[in-house]
Amino acid sequence: MPVLSVAGLRKTYGSTVAVDGISFEVDRNEIVGLLGPNGAGKTTTINMILGVLQPSAGTISIEDLDVATHRSQALARANFAAVYAPLPGNLTVAQNLRIFAMIYGVRDVAARVDELLAEFDIARFRDVKCGILSSGEQTRVSLAKAMLNKPHLLLLDEPTASLDPAAARDIRALIRACARGGVGGVLWTSHNMHEVEQVCDRVLFLSHGSILLEGDPRTLPREHGKETLEDLFITVAREPLTLDRA
Amino acid sequence: MSLRRTAAIALRQFYLIRGSVARLVPLFAWVAVDMVLWGFITRYLNAITSSSFNFIPTLLGAVVLWDFFARVMQGVTTAFLEDVWSRNFLNIFATPLCIADYVAGLVLSSIVTSSVGLAVMLALATTVFGLSFLSYGIAILPFLLVLFLFGIALGIFASGVVLRLGPASEWFVWPVPALISPFAAVFYPVSTLPGWMQQVARLLPPSYVFENLRAIVAGRSGSPASLLAAALLAAIDILLASWFFRYIYRHAVRTGLIARYSAESVS
Repeated sequence: MPVLSVAGLRKTYGSTVAVDGISFEVDRNEIVGLLGPNGAGKTTTINMILGVLQPSAGTISIEDLDVATHRSQALARANFAAVYAPLPGNLTVAQNLRIFAMIYGVRDVAARVDELLAEFDIARFRDVKCGILSSGEQTRVSLAKAMLNKPHLLLLDEPTASLDPAAARDIRALIRACARGGVGGVLWTSHNMHEVEQVCDRVLFLSHGSILLEGDPRTLPREHGKETLEDLFITVAREPLTLDRA
Repeated sequence: MSLRRTAAIALRQFYLIRGSVARLVPLFAWVAVDMVLWGFITRYLNAITSSSFNFIPTLLGAVVLWDFFARVMQGVTTAFLEDVWSRNFLNIFATPLCIADYVAGLVLSSIVTSSVGLAVMLALATTVFGLSFLSYGIAILPFLLVLFLFGIALGIFASGVVLRLGPASEWFVWPVPALISPFAAVFYPVSTLPGWMQQVARLLPPSYVFENLRAIVAGRSGSPASLLAAALLAAIDILLASWFFRYIYRHAVRTGLIARYSAESVS
């Protein structure tokens, strides 16, 4: 059973089609990259999976739980981190993690918070308000929050966008370890093609709301006559009609 | 619905208040100022008017009760606005939390904050100015209940307005108690009002509280039936406000407002 099943997902705003009937799955222990130029529909797709945006059509299931009809049970198995959704800056790291642990139904809140503070190397910021942390430190806190409930589906919207290369590498290693060692899968959006090649098992190229390409990020470029994933991305972004649809 | 998730929403408010003098002091400071101001006004009025009429239970008691109502409403709205100001909607609503959990958490935090205000008001009004809530008899309980329920209803409704119209619309919310007070007949009988305002007063649960308060202070018996009607009306107002908030939330999810909520995206 895949951790995430998306079927015929569509979102329209009046006459504008933001997501045009896409279908895909994320399996256990798999990291899937959701790529595409700005405005392709990546964040719209993630927001629909998270239940904060209602689809115009289609279904989303997290471990066979339909998000539309079993929202709370489905989202209890998921979590997310996004660069545009930092945790409230007027609470400390520990306070934020404690509150979200309660929301996600974590059993031993204190122990789980301590565990994540150590795992993400943010224990020294335990009693520091999130608003005064650096962007990299805030990213670590957001990721710690995303791991509170040991999610079966982890949604990451540009998680390393504001990190320096060393910090980004550490975060990628942590996320890879979580995906491989746990029971879940990861859906990851990124504009860093080097990162995607390193981390993702499979990628989906989104353009104008449709999936144009799907495959292994290490072999997909050559399958379409490109040297690198970045070259392929640029082609998808600028000349999508020159590619065969997936 | 989950009690633990509700508690998490209330816990957030507790952490915010505990960690901020700017949030802690207003819980009791402004009501204390009101008690001092109205306490001396009523003491002065008692001094210059007939000794058979005591302004303290009529006027100061009304101020205590009206301030309590306003604190209940603002307790709900302020808790909601904390998530608006910290742009926390996406984090909050992309969780297993349901709307009922969230609104219950706002209400729970308002119960605590308004209780602090009420305790401070009672302490000042009774010890410094001699107000005795015992002068209202057992009726004080339905007085507080009706005002509490209506405060919750208005708080939920006001939160829905802000969710729909954006952060700037909070400035519509703060004056609501002042706008309602003429119709609620806080300081004068409903019969003082012109006809059309009396019709509006009949729809406001607080007006029944203050009519009963004046009747009891004047030595007449209160009207349990009218207080029961007021409580039912306030309960209906809560249902209507909750329906409104849910409707606005669903609109926000349909349009993507939750994910994009900011002053720039809404207004």
